[in-house]
Amino acid sequence: MIKNSVALNKLDSKLVMAHMYVAFISLFIGGLMGLLQTLVRSGTLVLPFGISYYQLLTVHGVILALVLTTFFIIGFQFALMSKTVGMSDKQRDSAWFGFWIMLFGTVTTAITILLGKANVLYTFYAPLKAYPTFYIGLALVVVGSWIGCFTNFRQLYVWKKKHPGEKSPLLAFMVVINMLLWFIATLGVAATVIIQLIPWSLGMVDTVNVLVSRTLFWYFGHPLVYFWLLPAYMAWYAIIPKIIGGKIFSDSLARLAFVLFLMFSIPVGFHHQLTEPGIDPVWKFIQVVLTFMVIIPSLLTAFSMFATFEVTGRSKGYTGLFGWLKGLPWKDVRFFAPMVGMITFIPAGTGGIINASNQMNQVVHNTIWVTGHFHLTVGTTVILTFFGISYWLIPSLTGRKLTKKINTLGMIQTIVWAFGMSIMSGSMHIAGLLGAPRRSSYSTYGGSEQATEWIGYQIAQAIGGSILFIGIILMVYIFFYMVFAAPKGQEEFPIAEVSEDAEPTPKFLENWKLWIGITVALILFAYTIPFLDIIHHSPPGSPGFDKIIR
Amino acid sequence: MHLHKYEKIWLTFGIGSLILFLTVIGIGAFYKGSQPPSHLATIDPQNVEAHEAFREENLGLRKVGDNEYIVSVVASAFNYDLGKDEEGNAIREIRIPVGSTVLFQVTTKDVIHGFEIAGTNVNMMVEPGYINSLETVMDKPGTYTLICNEYCGSGHHFMATKVEVFEP
Repeated sequence: MIKNSVALNKLDSKLVMAHMYVAFISLFIGGLMGLLQTLVRSGTLVLPFGISYYQLLTVHGVILALVLTTFFIIGFQFALMSKTVGMSDKQRDSAWFGFWIMLFGTVTTAITILLGKANVLYTFYAPLKAYPTFYIGLALVVVGSWIGCFTNFRQLYVWKKKHPGEKSPLLAFMVVINMLLWFIATLGVAATVIIQLIPWSLGMVDTVNVLVSRTLFWYFGHPLVYFWLLPAYMAWYAIIPKIIGGKIFSDSLARLAFVLFLMFSIPVGFHHQLTEPGIDPVWKFIQVVLTFMVIIPSLLTAFSMFATFEVTGRSKGYTGLFGWLKGLPWKDVRFFAPMVGMITFIPAGTGGIINASNQMNQVVHNTIWVTGHFHLTVGTTVILTFFGISYWLIPSLTGRKLTKKINTLGMIQTIVWAFGMSIMSGSMHIAGLLGAPRRSSYSTYGGSEQATEWIGYQIAQAIGGSILFIGIILMVYIFFYMVFAAPKGQEEFPIAEVSEDAEPTPKFLENWKLWIGITVALILFAYTIPFLDIIHHSPPGSPGFDKIIR
Repeated sequence: MHLHKYEKIWLTFGIGSLILFLTVIGIGAFYKGSQPPSHLATIDPQNVEAHEAFREENLGLRKVGDNEYIVSVVASAFNYDLGKDEEGNAIREIRIPVGSTVLFQVTTKDVIHGFEIAGTNVNMMVEPGYINSLETVMDKPGTYTLICNEYCGSGHHFMATKVEVFEP
């Protein structure tokens, strides 16, 4: 019998795998909800047992956008930290403690939603009022994730103490940046949930300040999407080069990109609130400008990626303007899935630029265009990269092999996903431009001619959604096959080295005080005056509304 | 820090386009006055009728000048209140002559709503405690649908009204 051989020690593998189980079970539940939604919207399905469309939508949003992502990311990041800087017994204990708190919070929130007492969608905008356990569960998920944050910070700190004067491993640096981003961002959502919404839903206070709550939510809501994206970037920068047989183009550019993401993903929440009353348009514009600063690290990343691809392709002897593309391992799913995700980021990012374009936002705001947009970004770019990571991470943790058969199935999964998503997201984008709203159940809007036009696209969304659900079944099958059934062996945990041609990394890139200082200064600049304005000009508060969501 | 020559070209081009793009948006916003809807006036959400614009007789379409109209709307789950006609029935439709300048002013009595006239750039958030407003020229005749595009509860997808822009 072949002995199991795992890339991390057994205890760390177990910790990471616990996060992965939650993530992939969430993928299945959330995906099923998504399928049902597209069917309802196409007018072909009426939900039985008095289940509300908005209940499905709440489950879909919470379990995919908050649960799947957070568990996968924190688990993946623990794997990276354990691999690059190690994990002590104490750190592992605190990681487990964070995991259980997050899981307990998730279950609390899930039960509340399933009982139909929290049909408030994953953005839970006040004054729609859910049952208190919905908010308490979410707060616990955030608190649990903070324990993960501080465990990661401690891991790097201990490593630095042991390696004075050395630069930190690139992946550990990236994980700490992402967790800093997460910690600073979640302070906003924690503030509104703990200070405003929990006391209000418990009946301890009568009214809530709606605009303050929304502003705190969106202070968190945008960096949230970068919290999803940065782990994908970790794989692109530091893992994919190894998979394709190349080297990291530049260690310092990778670090610089991450630092810029930390600075410019937080002071920008107003671009989600562009059409709202009560916020001065000058501050909206300032935050729009800050929003667009993230284009710079995105361009840096695009350059580094394609430089790595070209250098690797040429080093394998392929020449010509585009001939080096042949040097890439297109048949290796560990490369192919993230690559399809990466290519998707071109239209996805372009859509994002349109959304954030100040007055142009009025054309698409709250239409299903926006839904189409984030099904490309998080629903394709990020998730296909996460799948790409899973193909080596899961077997390397369970001491099994990524077989040829699973590799092929993964290739098919990727193609099914890209195809289904093109149909679904494409028709969402078009219908959105025609004015079709997001987050709305099937409706003919009193026989309106415009709504009739939208329904054709909603049928297309159901077709795309059904194809995507096949993709989900394939992926969940692949996951469980890799955990329990794949042949035993040793799968590589690929971490790339930096190219010999790259310049040495300057010291200032690891000046944490400097980067945190600039980040905080930018947040204070972008938010202090408008936030004080909002509080100063507050209208009378709003009582809660819980009957209209039943 | 060292940057590759091609990377410098790429970043110069990228950042250059970014500056140009933001300049265009900035000129649109501050010189041409095309700001996103950002009305700052507040109102008591539990007593919107106390505000002159939202008194029952002032709701719906009002002519205020040659080709100039004001439309005042109170949104609530799951309805846009456009006032009553002479017989005391709720008005279910907005009829505007083509080419008129229309100021939409909207508030809500309960939760957050959307205010979108599909197929036009009229699209704004309506939040309790605030009046939002937007001025536009309705220059294309046709039948439009005013819809709520922010989730407001179980009947959210029924919240809609017809907007007719007609040739007089």
